Amino acid sequence: MTDATSSALDWSVHPPYLHEPYRSTVKRSPQQPLVPLPRTLSELTGPVYGEDTVRPEDSDLTRNAVVNGEPIGERIIVTGRLLDDSGHPIPNALIEVWQANAAGRYIHKKDQHDAPLDPNFTGAGRTLTNDQGEYTFTTIRPGAYPWRNHENAWRPPHIHFSVFGTTFLERLVTQMYFPGDPLLAYDPIYNGIPSEEGRQRLIAAFDLDLTQPEWALGYRFDIVVCGPQQTPFE
Amino acid sequence: MSRQSPSQTVGPFFHPALIDVQAQNDLVTPQTQGERIIITGRVLDGDGVAVPDAMIEVWQADYQGIYPHPNDPRHTEADPHFRGFGRVDTWQTGDTFTLRTIRPGPVPWDDTIMQAPHINVRVFARGMLIHAVTRIYFAGEPANAADPVLSRIDSARRETLIAQQEDTGDLPTYRFDIHLQGDSETVFFNP
Ligand SMILES: [Fe+3]
Repeated sequence: MTDATSSALDWSVHPPYLHEPYRSTVKRSPQQPLVPLPRTLSELTGPVYGEDTVRPEDSDLTRNAVVNGEPIGERIIVTGRLLDDSGHPIPNALIEVWQANAAGRYIHKKDQHDAPLDPNFTGAGRTLTNDQGEYTFTTIRPGAYPWRNHENAWRPPHIHFSVFGTTFLERLVTQMYFPGDPLLAYDPIYNGIPSEEGRQRLIAAFDLDLTQPEWALGYRFDIVVCGPQQTPFE
Repeated sequence: MSRQSPSQTVGPFFHPALIDVQAQNDLVTPQTQGERIIITGRVLDGDGVAVPDAMIEVWQADYQGIYPHPNDPRHTEADPHFRGFGRVDTWQTGDTFTLRTIRPGPVPWDDTIMQAPHINVRVFARGMLIHAVTRIYFAGEPANAADPVLSRIDSARRETLIAQQEDTGDLPTYRFDIHLQGDSETVFFNP
């Protein structure tokens, strides 16, 4: 390990802490320069998750919360690969997702949007990537929802993703969006991403081959996390 | 090479989805080895107001300074009753987070130097488009003086990384407030 290791977080794609159009960043953004931290064992290790963490049904949000019927909305399959930025797939990694229902409502107590809850949908799921770093969720396409950031502010439909790589360094929390959504142009959270290339990375690709006839539409969403470019103590 | 996927805020509605976001605030089982400690604090915004929709994740070595992960050369000797990971939100109390864990041992920096005992921290919140990374060190720890991370930080700001012991009776309790902004802004790292 050398002291010269600098950041591998790519700030040309990650949003800055302060992005004024997203009002809540104004008082919550660190102002001091970030201190570079070389990769030590503290950064190059992280929690290990196994089969005991998830059940197979956890990745099917159309079934994992059924009480008395099918959830309402358009069924979709979301699948993709988890990679590090050297292109290596990351196997056995925990991915957690959460989202609003088809009407744009979360089950969270704090969500007061005047849209119906769905008794058969909680919008929460999790899975582990397989040996090739692949994951799949089955869910309902989420609705747009209003928020109070500015006059007539609407979040574009999105699925929240929380990803653990193999080390603490590879941790990523992000959101998946849908292609062709007119709300994207007006969303300060999405537009906090500083480059068009970066923004495009969060838009899932419609893929007819993933679509299942008479059942669900399919989207592909690959996720790339900051990898450990250096290994310690070689 | 692939470009990284951009980070986005965790938002305010993460609680129902993330595994045991409250239950993981206790890292200790009866079999865990090491000195039990409590870490408590708040996440404060630029006005000094407690952030009620933040999530803290911690990752730390066991009592011997070993991480239970294959990249640690000593990982086969790690305490099997300590996972090293915890997370807690500020939603339940609207204000304060509390973690019960053990005091970690020192962790190697390289073949000759050790790092002082510390806990690695990530802070997520609505209003943070990307998480912030910091570390908790312990007041009164003699190894702090020679720690290679602390020593590269301005002495004026170093204190923001040092949890202060509080006299509360039960278990040794350390207070670690995270200031996202302001005169006492916490030191955040670019890992
Ligand atoms: Fe959301």
